[in-house]
Amino acid sequence: MTLMRALLGAAAATAMTASTAMADPAIVFDLGGKFDKSFNEAAFGGATRWAEETGGKFREIEMQSEAQREQALRRLAESGSNPVVMTGFAFGNVLSEVAPDYPDTSFVIIDMVVDQPNVRSVVFNEHEGSFLVGMMAAMASESGTVGFIGGMDIPLIRKFACGYAQGVKSVNPDATIIANMTGTTPAAWNDPVKGSELTKAQIGQGADVVYAAAGGTGVGVLQTAADENILSIGVDSNQNYLHPGQVLTSMLKRVDNAVYNAFTDGPGLETGFRVMGLSNGGVGYALDEFNAELVSAEMQAAVDEASGKIASGDMMVHDYTSDDSCPALTF
Amino acid sequence: MDFLTLIQVLDSTVRLATPLLLACLAGLFSERAGIFDIGLEGKMLVAAMFSAAIAYTSGSVWLGLLAGIASSMLLSGLHGLASITFRGNQLISGVAINFLAAGMTVLVAQSWFGQGGRTPSLFGGARFEPITLPFADSIEPVPFIGPIYSELLSGHSILVYVALFCVPATWWILYRTRFGLRLRAVGENPAAVDTAGISVIGLRYAAVCICGVLCGIAGAYLSTALQAGFVKDMTAGRGFIALAALIFAKWRPWYALAACMLFGFLQALALRPDLIEGLIGIPVQVQLLDALPYVLTVVILAGFVGKAIPPRAGGEPYVKER
Repeated sequence: MTLMRALLGAAAATAMTASTAMADPAIVFDLGGKFDKSFNEAAFGGATRWAEETGGKFREIEMQSEAQREQALRRLAESGSNPVVMTGFAFGNVLSEVAPDYPDTSFVIIDMVVDQPNVRSVVFNEHEGSFLVGMMAAMASESGTVGFIGGMDIPLIRKFACGYAQGVKSVNPDATIIANMTGTTPAAWNDPVKGSELTKAQIGQGADVVYAAAGGTGVGVLQTAADENILSIGVDSNQNYLHPGQVLTSMLKRVDNAVYNAFTDGPGLETGFRVMGLSNGGVGYALDEFNAELVSAEMQAAVDEASGKIASGDMMVHDYTSDDSCPALTF
Repeated sequence: MDFLTLIQVLDSTVRLATPLLLACLAGLFSERAGIFDIGLEGKMLVAAMFSAAIAYTSGSVWLGLLAGIASSMLLSGLHGLASITFRGNQLISGVAINFLAAGMTVLVAQSWFGQGGRTPSLFGGARFEPITLPFADSIEPVPFIGPIYSELLSGHSILVYVALFCVPATWWILYRTRFGLRLRAVGENPAAVDTAGISVIGLRYAAVCICGVLCGIAGAYLSTALQAGFVKDMTAGRGFIALAALIFAKWRPWYALAACMLFGFLQALALRPDLIEGLIGIPVQVQLLDALPYVLTVVILAGFVGKAIPPRAGGEPYVKER
């Protein structure tokens, strides 16, 4: 059955590539949706940038349910799209089954490692970027208490929290870090009401800077932080503009660069494992006209110095996913 | 846990319990009239979307509220049409409404605003602002009563007070008016009501309409009072927790208030794992608290604590004997 499917798939793929002179790349967005103001939107931005610069076209699919993942990947591969880029760790299992069936198609998965010859796995050093915004949070905080609100409780989000906590502690070893996760199901990415209540609970405990790594839930966190006049930190995309003057900064995860590079490399791109960190511009913090007043020169100097040290390897930030533990924070 | 922290947790409880309470009372009207409604979630979602969208485009939160109620009533009407007029399966119709709402809200918001199925952020008059009750500031310094009044009771949006007012109103309508008596009767023994010359169909439609209004307020509360805009699937299962609260309350209004406050309190407590650890000395998994409403409901349903008997004619379409 698998062989049959593989043959049919391969035949379909050849037929399609024969008819189209040049294969168009494709991108699959995860459940958060293309306009989540965060992770997926960054990916969409990268794809759009590629299209504008090259005049090329790309295909896109937005996931509506868990069940569509395999179907979407197979449909894109069979219709000749190459490379096929997908955003999100949740594609991991599906891709490791689908990829061997389409050996001529290149796949790129972001945020997950899939060990197949035709797959490029892009992972980010989120802990490094989170470390930097953690430093800024500690410097901006007057109460010495800062908060973290994660989305779904998965190792990736703990990695954000852990890097953040280390950054906070590096500036102020006595600081208190309150970390909450919104939930344990995918619904935790889209529960702004709970995000708001968590923010209020953290404010009640004295937090005056809150870092949200929670997808759509983060919209509620940033909103409440602005309503209650404390500072917040956005994630993935630059979210400073959402509440000008009240978002301290955003931890940038350059998903757009990962997508842009994949599209530029085109079919037959170099596969394997890729890490995007501070050293190669994969993560960073956002500075623009909306938060210029909040970030002092002293703050920026300290963060840039740390950034340089981490990039050159002089300073190590512990990665939660390397040993499932965090020296600066208990979950 | 000191007193002020307790007030904070209770304050959070009130905010979290309000949408549950409104949805629970909505379900109470519908189910007391014999129409099971698992589409509470979908109706809240639609109302949340339309109230945020209209509040944004018109700049008036009140118009938004009306739009939310209207959209929720439309879905209620659909449920009524399927389950009362066409005598379809009420559970299936409810499930269909949930799916319809989940898909439709994102679709409409996307084609309307092009922001990926969310509405733009609301500000100013397009949001329900917190109301400060009279004398809240002057009473605040009074020990004990001061914080309770100024922090816990004051400073919520008007919809919270509407929801709380709905509890005695529901009790009065159900137990002290002719309409209420007939409504309860139609859920227990529609044939008797019919024999008395009262329209079963009309009563059931009325109940379903009230259900739509209350769900509409609940949805509008989520997107225009608690939040400043709609995000897809933002109800996050609150309609189902409200159903659980309804069973927990055994279909009675005052008990519904207690059940929703209890469930709201559990949710609020889950936001403060540090407090629980401080109280009992060991860390408790947050998931346990999140699951408690369902566990409690199952315990009640299984008959360990009293017995939960639903309205006898619930779930059955009424067919006139010929």
